[in-house]
Amino acid sequence: MENLKKTPLFEEHVRLGAKMVPFGGWEMPVWYSNLKEEHHTVRNNVGIFDVSHMGEIDIRGNDAVKFVNYLITNNVEKIKPGEIVYSPMLNENGGIIDDLLAYKYSDEHVLLVVNASNIEKDYNWIIKQAENFDVEVKNISDETAQIAVQGPKAEEMLQEISGVDLKEISYYNFTEGRINGIQCLISRTGYTGEDGFEIYFDREAAVPMWRKLIELLGKYDGKPSGLGARDTLRLEATYLLYGNDMTDDITPFEAGIKWAVDMEKDFIGKEPLLKEKETGIRRRLKGIEMLEKGIPRHGYKVFVGDEEVGFITSGTVSPTLDKPIALAMLNKPYYKKDTEIEVEIRGKRVKAKVIKTPFYRGSVKNRK
Amino acid sequence: MRMRKFTKTHEWVEVEGNVATIGITAHAAEELGDVTFVELPEEGKEVKKGDALCAVESVKSASDVYSPVSGKVIEVNTELDANPEIINEDAEGKGWIVKLEISDESELNDLLTEEEYKSSL
Repeated sequence: MENLKKTPLFEEHVRLGAKMVPFGGWEMPVWYSNLKEEHHTVRNNVGIFDVSHMGEIDIRGNDAVKFVNYLITNNVEKIKPGEIVYSPMLNENGGIIDDLLAYKYSDEHVLLVVNASNIEKDYNWIIKQAENFDVEVKNISDETAQIAVQGPKAEEMLQEISGVDLKEISYYNFTEGRINGIQCLISRTGYTGEDGFEIYFDREAAVPMWRKLIELLGKYDGKPSGLGARDTLRLEATYLLYGNDMTDDITPFEAGIKWAVDMEKDFIGKEPLLKEKETGIRRRLKGIEMLEKGIPRHGYKVFVGDEEVGFITSGTVSPTLDKPIALAMLNKPYYKKDTEIEVEIRGKRVKAKVIKTPFYRGSVKNRK
Repeated sequence: MRMRKFTKTHEWVEVEGNVATIGITAHAAEELGDVTFVELPEEGKEVKKGDALCAVESVKSASDVYSPVSGKVIEVNTELDANPEIINEDAEGKGWIVKLEISDESELNDLLTEEEYKSSL
């Protein structure tokens, strides 16, 4: 078995009886007792996720904002200190290297939060691009722990141990302060479609922080939640997953995240996007609904008649809607709403159609 | 004569005469998590030992169920259409999936006993 990395909370998960699985090079809890229960708990009450495997890359220096703006498609010049943008980071061909959150402290300091499986790839890419900029790039992933507190009761629960007034933090904003006496970066962000927070702190503090949160969950009918629920929650809310819905050869226009691309400024990968705009987008990521029985999964082929017109990027049974949901990358013109398609499930063609997303809208405050 | 055997791929088979009732083991059901869909085979389908007989889907993934013996599907558990969670509740009982008419009884000799299966986990 490959050498899997462990978060500082590994022993806590084992102690709670979690089923541990390999995920992007890490040994992570997929569920503690029951995926569906954890999913519903986050939708209705509150759940906590160990997301310490995520990567943090710190950018400091005179050119910090200028550099990040060249590195990513969204615009960090336009936001204020204390605000966050979601953004793809592109290669020269316009393909997505990763999707990330950029936390703007000041013009001289931006923190990038990247996907666990991409930390090394991203770091090497960023270092390479930084040559002509006055910046210092530091990978602080190993020193940093992260816990996501998600659900309609997240604010109320976290407030009990928070030294800052959480009401003051609006969606996609962050601040620094103490939670459970531990110095944290606190942001109103998440990956579940529900209101909630992501807190970052020194890895040494991970165990006391986690134990305190576990203790509080009891009072709010909450649960620790695994990567399984994280995946069904994010898919219902139509948040994309790197490696499934986005890859190095998918452009942000194809992935449907044009809103996170500022074509008014310069950035790596802009040229191919300009060309794509001119020639037209050849395929699009869309939600589909099954018209017959079957569950579409990542990698399954999509047909219209005898023509292969795309593939499923993510699929599952939605615990909230109690039916299969999926995202598919579909060639033009088959991505139009209501187009009837067929998904090949274990050699059999099963009818489906293109629908509008998101599949479900949760308690998240508002969308940027 | 009644006997129950297991496969390395986590199926159980109970044999009565020349009919084999087949399902997935309680261990497999637990590993899968909540079962959300069972793709049942058609009655009359002929399978060889080791072929994918049907598939069981959980919230997380799809898994093939392999036929422990060769034979013809003579009955499927249609209860699973409406209530796939029966597999989580009683994988080795009410959660049976198909009944096969066995075509080669000698293949049963290759299967594991309950003890052998349990010690392989």
